[in-house]
Amino acid sequence: MARVELQNVTKDWGTAKAVDDISLSLEQGEFAAVLGPSGCGKSTTLFMLAGIYMPTRGDILFDGARVNDVEARDRNVGIVFQSYALYPNMTVLQNILFPLRFKKVPKAEAEKSAREIAELVEISSLLDRKPSQLSGGQQQRVALARALIKKPNLLLLDEPLSNLDATLRLSMRMEIRRIQRELGVTTILVTHDQIEAMTMADRIICMNAGRIEQEGTPEALYTRPETVFAASFIGSPPINLLPGELTADGLRIGETLLATRGETNARSVKLGIRPEHVVANGHGIPAEIISAEALGRETLYTARSALGDTRFLEATSAPKYKAGEQVRLSFDAAHSILFDAERDRRLEGVSAHA
Amino acid sequence: MSASSSYRQATNFAVFLGPALVFLLALLVAPIIVDLVVAFTDMAQTVTINEFTTKQFGKLVHASDDSWLGFELRGTFYRALSLTAVFVFLTLTIFNVTFGLILALTTTALPDRLGAFFRAVWLLPRMAPSVVYALLWIWVVDPTERGLLNQLLVHGFGMAPVNMALNHPMALIVISNGFIGASMGMLILTSSIRSIPQHLFHAARADGAGSLSVIRHVVLPALRWPLSYITVFQTLALLVSFEYIFLLMGSSRSTMTMAMLAYTKTLAPGIGSGQYAYGAAITLILIVIGMVSALLLYRLTNMKALLAKPRIEVH
Ligand SMILES: Nc1ncnc2c1ncn2[C@@H]1O[C@H](COP(=O)(O)OP(=O)(O)OP(=O)(O)O)[C@@H](O)[C@H]1O
Ligand SMILES: [Mg+2]
Repeated sequence: MARVELQNVTKDWGTAKAVDDISLSLEQGEFAAVLGPSGCGKSTTLFMLAGIYMPTRGDILFDGARVNDVEARDRNVGIVFQSYALYPNMTVLQNILFPLRFKKVPKAEAEKSAREIAELVEISSLLDRKPSQLSGGQQQRVALARALIKKPNLLLLDEPLSNLDATLRLSMRMEIRRIQRELGVTTILVTHDQIEAMTMADRIICMNAGRIEQEGTPEALYTRPETVFAASFIGSPPINLLPGELTADGLRIGETLLATRGETNARSVKLGIRPEHVVANGHGIPAEIISAEALGRETLYTARSALGDTRFLEATSAPKYKAGEQVRLSFDAAHSILFDAERDRRLEGVSAHA
Repeated sequence: MSASSSYRQATNFAVFLGPALVFLLALLVAPIIVDLVVAFTDMAQTVTINEFTTKQFGKLVHASDDSWLGFELRGTFYRALSLTAVFVFLTLTIFNVTFGLILALTTTALPDRLGAFFRAVWLLPRMAPSVVYALLWIWVVDPTERGLLNQLLVHGFGMAPVNMALNHPMALIVISNGFIGASMGMLILTSSIRSIPQHLFHAARADGAGSLSVIRHVVLPALRWPLSYITVFQTLALLVSFEYIFLLMGSSRSTMTMAMLAYTKTLAPGIGSGQYAYGAAITLILIVIGMVSALLLYRLTNMKALLAKPRIEVH
């Protein structure tokens, strides 16, 4: 229920920059996911939003008002910590009720909403236990209930589902999304799981080394990554990145010359092509299968060719090719993404195909 | 095979635990047994035993049909017991626990360097030799206007000088012992506060808790075990402590606690010492009191449950 803005926010720890000049704005009720490698400043960013850390520079705004100096307890932010941070001396019920203590909610009413929220995250049978008697996944759900009970203006989730099994994770994803919509609470979810980010969020913020690498819809990040980092971090199995030289004749990768369209100023480039866009259907570049991994619904192959080692996916559950088999690989220009090798940024208006 | 392994077990036991056992027996168990035996003799200045008798206890209590216990405490003993109770209770509650807790809470809330500095200041009395510390107090409470306290009272507040040793002997020994005793609580509690995961503080803040609520709901629960430990340990230490009382007050009747009484009757220089059997009898009672209080406190603070299950979880 708040519009949230970060303006040129930096957080230094001594000489190290945990967060480096981040600007970001979230609409009221928006659900954003933050993706990025370990140590890139995701938790630090959340902590600054929650009022736990003060930004070294820059401003944080809620609904247009600067909140840098507003204490955590006055921000009405719900946060689920990576480490759950449940109070060890309190029972699950007391943990969930804790935020309501400071809101002067009548006791009966508080307990009623605690039980409702416990129902929602499926921990009703655990209310009398101490946190030390819970599994990691159960603790995460208690933490989630505690963050939600006070109907926060901003919900910050620091990897809230990392310890759940696949089934529970799937249902919790939907639950969180449903609760989020119902309450209309602006939400930021930190995750390492791209599927989670892609399925839950309206917008993905890809972070690297304290900076925002790219933000946009899940689809935009996947199909039009702006940087080599964003391209390689998002997508599983990861994108193929093949180094080559762009010339007037086409794209030269090793001894092979690929046809190109669009601008052809000579420069070093990286050709990005996602594994599901490489096809092995009898024409194109000759390659030898060096490995085949059955992933369940599909099979991931690695093939060696003049382009280098290339991953590609086939939608068959049993491997179609064996290691050592010869295939021919091709891909569409529409699916190729070219990056300037020097600046590591995407080149507009140029594509290659094989 | 099994014979040699059980032999090995036996030798391992002897090699590893032997020294500790010898130490335990020679230094801890033996003195208690000696004390127990001597308490029922007539050992005095000559350090010889002529007869076994309960007359030492007769100096402390006398038979009485009016009392439901069948005996009454004699004046000295009654006085020593009540002085001990007051001394231990006040020093423990005011200084060793409460003040230690306050010091730990405040010095951990300060910036690191400053906090460390204040803790170091509070450790100084423990580092100083007892005699130096006692001399310092003797100067502080000197009844004339030379004493620091009286300088403050007279010149600072325009009040009349006080004679602490004469008029407030209990306050003097409680405060002087407390200033030393508080530092142990402070150290143990500081390290306990430090070991509380940072995220718990963050979570409490985000949940809306102010500083006092954080102390009440996050800090104090984590200090339950160390607080019980300090209580039990310091009670035992205070029950038998007499050195500062002696250094500050000498064999004054106004501060003649059980430990002081035992010391005065045996090893203290001056008239009345050398009554070893009498001292042993007093000490024996002190040992019993110590055991009973330790057990009571142990039950009261639920130490068993706390020992069985650590309540601080670190993720
Ligand atoms: N209290 C602190 N003091 C000093 N450095 C810190 C502190 N907290 C975080 N850092 C540093 O700041 C950087 C960002 O940390 P942060 O916890 O935000 O990473 P993260 O993106 O959440 O990583 P992860 O995915 O592993 O949780 C790291 O390099 C970390 O070492
Ligand atoms: Mg983190």
